[in-house]
Amino acid sequence: MSAAAAIPVSSKGPTARALGRFITNRLALAGLVVLAAILIAILTYPLWWMYTPNQIDLRALNKGPSASHWFGTDGVGRDVFARLMQGGRISLLVAVTSVGVSLVIGFLVGALSAFSGRLADGAIMRLVDLAMTLPPVILLLVLASIVGTGIVPTIAVISLLSWPVLSRMVRARLLELRERDFVVAARGMGAGLGHLLFRHGLPNCIDILVVYATLQIANAILLEAGLSFLGLGIAPPEASWGNMLNAARSTSVLEQYVWQWMFPGVALVITVLAINFVGDGLRDAFDPRSDLQ
Amino acid sequence: MHATPILDISGLKMVFRIGGREVAAVQDLNLTIAPGETLALVGESGSGKSVTSLSVMGLLPRGVGQVAEGSILFRGKAGQAQDLTKLDTEGMRQIRGNDIAMVFQEPMTSLNPVYTIGEQIAEPMRIHLGRSHKDAAAAAIKLLADVGIPDPERRAKQYPHELSGGMRQRATIAMALACDPVLLIADEPTTALDVTIQAQILDLLQKLQAERGMAVLFVTHNLGVVAEIANRVAVMYAGRVVETGTVADVFARPRHPYTIGLMRSVPKLGEATELKRKGIPLPTIAGSVPSLVQLPQGCSFAPRCPFAIDACRADVPSLYETGNGQKSRCIRWQEI
Repeated sequence: MSAAAAIPVSSKGPTARALGRFITNRLALAGLVVLAAILIAILTYPLWWMYTPNQIDLRALNKGPSASHWFGTDGVGRDVFARLMQGGRISLLVAVTSVGVSLVIGFLVGALSAFSGRLADGAIMRLVDLAMTLPPVILLLVLASIVGTGIVPTIAVISLLSWPVLSRMVRARLLELRERDFVVAARGMGAGLGHLLFRHGLPNCIDILVVYATLQIANAILLEAGLSFLGLGIAPPEASWGNMLNAARSTSVLEQYVWQWMFPGVALVITVLAINFVGDGLRDAFDPRSDLQ
Repeated sequence: MHATPILDISGLKMVFRIGGREVAAVQDLNLTIAPGETLALVGESGSGKSVTSLSVMGLLPRGVGQVAEGSILFRGKAGQAQDLTKLDTEGMRQIRGNDIAMVFQEPMTSLNPVYTIGEQIAEPMRIHLGRSHKDAAAAAIKLLADVGIPDPERRAKQYPHELSGGMRQRATIAMALACDPVLLIADEPTTALDVTIQAQILDLLQKLQAERGMAVLFVTHNLGVVAEIANRVAVMYAGRVVETGTVADVFARPRHPYTIGLMRSVPKLGEATELKRKGIPLPTIAGSVPSLVQLPQGCSFAPRCPFAIDACRADVPSLYETGNGQKSRCIRWQEI
């Protein structure tokens, strides 16, 4: 009992400890810095950039990068830099929202499956199996052609495609958690289902959710780009990185106006890479085994 | 203690469904606990003692274990007796935590790793008693002090992994006591702790019980712990109570061969070394607990019993009154 003096004044929770491990990971930290820079740029660009994304400059069609148009202009004289920033807004908005939606769906389905009876669990998991066996590209195309183009339909399509894996992981975690003594103890103290799910289930799934969300955002950005590239996602004149890449389908643009597709492509690659570094860092940070090192 | 019992289990039969067949994990169970009394439930693994405690809490998984017969009358703070076997989920939730609380075997896993100790103790008080955050947090610190945790203000801010096993068990006891229950069910609360901590926890439970006047149902397989803490004891074997009585009576004059065997099997300091020098193995009860799926005909202890006669294998013996409230489920109790 003399150890009392050695007790730290404030203790770190599991999340705080994971973040402590995260900031020691150089690559993840670099990813975070790059990501922050991109976010700040795309969120603040109207304040410091002179063009708006749909502003047409007829004297500058297909002009290469210059002092007035940093990243050049496209075929109808719109500033590529402004469109790149606006496209980043749309791409990230679509990615973040769809991941948010699929997080909610995935967690609730996983929870429902884990906490309901064996029959319901079986039925839900077979549905998830079915959703996972469908070829994603075909499902994506069919869904997209049903709901049409635009921001909301694109969000819907991407979130519908990405929740099954998460619900699997959440179910597995909750099944294990359900039998743990502290959950039984909580039931013994009179806790109801909602309390068990949101006070005990959710906080103990936070590692799964954070890691999944980060990596899935990168995935969703790529899905959105793919959909828009095919003309099924965000429709012009609204800009997105995907539909800016769409311009490269024409050989003349591909060969002569490199800046029109290269900048959105590079932005896409850098952003996805940065997010993946952050995601990997988070995964390592939340891994309980990393405490042993 | 002849006050009206707060817990009165009569004729309880718990049935498990295993592979389409019904197996009685507990049957013909009669137990009463008076206010402020400690009843110890003793038996080997698989004797049905944990099933009994979980069925009082209604915590057996739905569809797996259920009450087939009998009643569990419980008199809570409100005063009137309720049959716990007939309560719905909502009614049961009102009783859990509020009137009955439970302490588990494993202090390592019975606390949620993502909340601080103080938060976990304060939570039931906020929810059941409607106390404010600040009020409940202060009460949690006081409870931690009551269960003998030094420097409770700091400990309340710590997470479970920062506490030792004994400390955590104290914390789970504090959590169980949060709403001042009238009945505390302790399911082998000292089994996972080392011996010196065990003694401290038992002392603590006795002290708290004396202060608060709550009844305790103490589940254990350790006869030493029974002698230490309980007023009365019920020995279970293969789902039935085989002997019950006050601790003093049962330990002085066991009236069932199983109890005798259990007591002989407790190694005593010095005696064990003596036996080892002579090359005699430690006394045990030959054989093992029969599978509940295939209980032997008649007395379920008969196959392992040195006193068994043919009459033992005919019918399940009833509980015979052997004087002073002691009862034994053995037809030859007078001879042994």
